[in-house]
Amino acid sequence: MSRPTAPGYVRRFSRSERVLHWVNAAGFFVLLASGLVLYLPSLATAVGRRPVVKDIHFWAGIGWVSALVLVALLGDRRGLLRTARELDRFDPEDLRWLRGRRPAPQGRFNAGQKVNAALTAAFVVLFFVSGLLLWLGERDTSFRFASTVVLHDGLLYASVVLLVGHLYLAVIHPATRHALRGMVTGTVREDWAREHHPRWSGSD
Amino acid sequence: MAAPDDHELPARPRRYGRGVFLATVVAGASSLAWGKPVWSRISGQIGGAEALVPLVPTGGWRIYTVASTMPTFDPTSWKLTIGGLVERPMTLDYDELRALPRVNQISDFHCVTGWTVNNVHWGGVRLADLLHRVGPTAEAHGIQFVSAEQPYVDSLTLKQAMLRDVLLAYEMDGVPLAREHGAPLRLIIPEMYGYKNIKWVSEINLVPKAEPGYWEQLGYDQDAWVGASNGYGQKEVRS
Repeated sequence: MSRPTAPGYVRRFSRSERVLHWVNAAGFFVLLASGLVLYLPSLATAVGRRPVVKDIHFWAGIGWVSALVLVALLGDRRGLLRTARELDRFDPEDLRWLRGRRPAPQGRFNAGQKVNAALTAAFVVLFFVSGLLLWLGERDTSFRFASTVVLHDGLLYASVVLLVGHLYLAVIHPATRHALRGMVTGTVREDWAREHHPRWSGSD
Repeated sequence: MAAPDDHELPARPRRYGRGVFLATVVAGASSLAWGKPVWSRISGQIGGAEALVPLVPTGGWRIYTVASTMPTFDPTSWKLTIGGLVERPMTLDYDELRALPRVNQISDFHCVTGWTVNNVHWGGVRLADLLHRVGPTAEAHGIQFVSAEQPYVDSLTLKQAMLRDVLLAYEMDGVPLAREHGAPLRLIIPEMYGYKNIKWVSEINLVPKAEPGYWEQLGYDQDAWVGASNGYGQKEVRS
């Protein structure tokens, strides 16, 4: 599976993993932008065309989740399942890491990345369900709950907080931002991997 | 450095990832049953989401529109006509509207999609007062409001329109009604969901019978009582 990597580099993310990540990111940003136009009075006033923005938001949501499912089905399924198991499992070092104890040598994913992955996946499910309920509720009262909009808004706030932390670590924080290269090209520097993910063999 | 016995935790990895995932999904899904009451208690104490996130000045409002652009208010050319089945049809310009006896009212605003803005300060004209001026005829049992945002239109029964807290509001929270809230004039009927609180009111007609409005033609209840219509609460007959 692993293609040749440049000397001094190790492969961290497969093509399927990267496609899944960027499909998720792209969908999220389209939904965030169109959602904020629907949500913030100042943007709603400046942009107008609410029926069109609503359609964009709705179909972006359908497209987002469909694309994620398609990547999971058509991509390297076994590899992705392996990754999911990796993300699922917290060993004693992970628990030490979460409690802020150091050293706590980490595998390919550190415990924070595992929590982030679990929350992100849960947010996708909840965004999709609550969004669908908002859409259906506009058409049939049996799908209408007074709290759907509270859930959808709460997810917005929670996911933006998560995203800001994620972007800080991936783009700004000097020690960790090399990880972005891994998500773009698939490979990271061997010495960086040894320092941040010492228990990861780098053979995946 | 950590105590050595930290390393003697069971070596078998725990499947906490799925635990975090499932707990979040279950908590989120169950919030459909408790989200709104809990959030209104919290936001009542802290003053809304913008107290937590100052970058998001929504004031609790969402701006719902159905046309591609919002109507623009021009004070020099704006007119409100009140006609149909009335003894004395009226046309008011903006100054004449503001010269009518004014009422102030604090009421809550409920949207059928689930959000609520509490204690909105409205300034405007009581609809019942205006109706006394024009004098509905004996055949008039409904009142139709035409919005400058086409094709938005909605109606009340005359009985609903005569409720004491039904206003034509030109002020909100101490300032003239903003464009996104329906400048210069919107209907306020606090007992009913927002879609009956027509924005950008430009024409009022007394009619034989209240006809289904914009959202009602798409399946919403014509009598949009808060908590007792549109699938919420017990349906009760109040008019």
